[in-house]
Amino acid sequence: MPSLKRDVAVPLVLLALLTLGAIAVPTLSTDDPRAMGDVIAQRFLPPFTTDGHGGFHLLGTDRFGRDIFARTMLAARVSLVIGVLGSLLAGAIGIALGAFSAWRGGVVDRLLMSAADALLAIPRLILLLVCAALWRPGMWTVIAVLVATGWMAVARLVRAEVLGLRSRPFVEAASALGARPSRILWRHVLPNALGSATVAITLGVGGAILLESGLSFLGLGVQPPQPSWGNMIADGRDAIVIAPWVALAPGLALIVTVVASTFLGDALRDRLAGESATALRDRA
Amino acid sequence: MRNAVRHLVSSAILFWIVLTITFLLTRAAPGDPTTLLIAPGASAEEQARMRAELGLDAPLLVQYARWAGRLFKGDLGESFARRAPVSTVLAEAIPVSVGLGAISMALTFLLGIAIGMYQAARRGTVSDRALTIATTTVYAAPSFWLALALIATFTYGAARWGFPAWLRLPAFGMRDPASDATGLSALADLARHAVLPVLTLAAIGAAGIARYSRTIAADLLSQDFVRTARAKGATPGRVYLRHVLSNAWPPLIVLLALAIPGLLAGSVFVEGVFAWPGMGRVTLAAVAARDYPVILGATAVYAAAVILANLAADLALPLVDPRRRA
Repeated sequence: MPSLKRDVAVPLVLLALLTLGAIAVPTLSTDDPRAMGDVIAQRFLPPFTTDGHGGFHLLGTDRFGRDIFARTMLAARVSLVIGVLGSLLAGAIGIALGAFSAWRGGVVDRLLMSAADALLAIPRLILLLVCAALWRPGMWTVIAVLVATGWMAVARLVRAEVLGLRSRPFVEAASALGARPSRILWRHVLPNALGSATVAITLGVGGAILLESGLSFLGLGVQPPQPSWGNMIADGRDAIVIAPWVALAPGLALIVTVVASTFLGDALRDRLAGESATALRDRA
Repeated sequence: MRNAVRHLVSSAILFWIVLTITFLLTRAAPGDPTTLLIAPGASAEEQARMRAELGLDAPLLVQYARWAGRLFKGDLGESFARRAPVSTVLAEAIPVSVGLGAISMALTFLLGIAIGMYQAARRGTVSDRALTIATTTVYAAPSFWLALALIATFTYGAARWGFPAWLRLPAFGMRDPASDATGLSALADLARHAVLPVLTLAAIGAAGIARYSRTIAADLLSQDFVRTARAKGATPGRVYLRHVLSNAWPPLIVLLALAIPGLLAGSVFVEGVFAWPGMGRVTLAAVAARDYPVILGATAVYAAAVILANLAADLALPLVDPRRRA
């Protein structure tokens, strides 16, 4: 087995720790991170303090005396699921449509690609806002909307790769040997076209997490009492002047996650793709 | 010339498709905007009358035809919620966003390119790695989080760490509501209020551009013509300005066009957090109130900005890159 290089290992370990924390911390924490604590004695405790009941609060408490560390880890569940699913599903649809479009060519290709261009011409956040605000907010709406607004870039990438691969000698060889077009696409073209898509999907996880936090910050995403990083930051906004840690702590978890997925994407790009993968991300 | 015309036509078609998609999206959404507009306790007939008044009772195709017909005459319709022409609502908001965006954009590019080229020149050193981590971290921060962090620093932090008076920057609004200053002192007041929003947008933008321009510059520095120039004894300054920067223009122009949607989106949150009455706030309010005409108008502005930026980049590329002249 080839040894894992540091540029892949470090972000992977960070993401694994975070996932572990998201699974373990809310389960093991003594109080329900969603329930109110002893509001009078425990509200707005700064980070690294022990409350009157002997409970230690690594990241402090919010206005209801709830432990911010436990809530941040509970929120990580939602944010990670949305980030990974949102980017993965969008990527899958993008790969399918991009490959189909390039393979079919003609009118289908032109129609699909002009639809992609039209959707790309609206800033993704605006598109997200319009969709998320008009339908009922919640985790699945956010994922659906992320997928609906996120497939275009991957579709463009994969289409370009497939078009480039179609005239390569090994594809002609396969077709001369009598392979069916579907087999050529599946066995010879697609595996070679997926490098830049993989990079785009990995980088897209960070983008999806950022966009989810943005929607939840505006109240259009994940709804309380279910915590997500975005709605926790929104929650601390009113107290920013007296207890800034309430809003800032969940953001740190978010930043660590997005940085890790960005470095992972960069490391993959160095191995798999040229500079074709998108460098500027949709963001909130 | 023919190339320019072709670009122009396809941009116009694209713009029309974008507007149609948005129109269909608003109409396909469940719910009824009149429930938010009408006084509580109004009867069903009153609500039906309101729907008719706003033209929402007509079949979808008729609504689309009416809307498109008005749009051709340059009429964007009337805001449901504010009962004012959409053009007025947008005309009030656009200068705020354009001002904020233009200053942030200029800073974004100056800072971003400088950092990226510095890193490329010192590739692999500790300062390069440190800057990569710094730019990636800033670029990973949501704009509203960065805005709140700045506000916390200049309110909570300013009190705790005893900032001097001139460093206590205002965190909300565009001007001091208590002051009736005019002329220069009003401008100074506006500038003080602009520091934090501009800083938020420029920091995130510059971080993204730095990441990108580092790659471009590092790529160029390893090219043969740079080695030749160095071998001929060109000074480092000449190498960077003549050989690297002049070859970096085409990708940077494309980047400028690509950066505009991000800046527009970022300003939605920054205007929201800092309470600046720009396009971002108008969009958020319109979305919350299901104010269809304003949503469509705002999307039209955003889409026009993106499409025009791409068009400008397409037309400008041959000017800086002779290889692209047909």
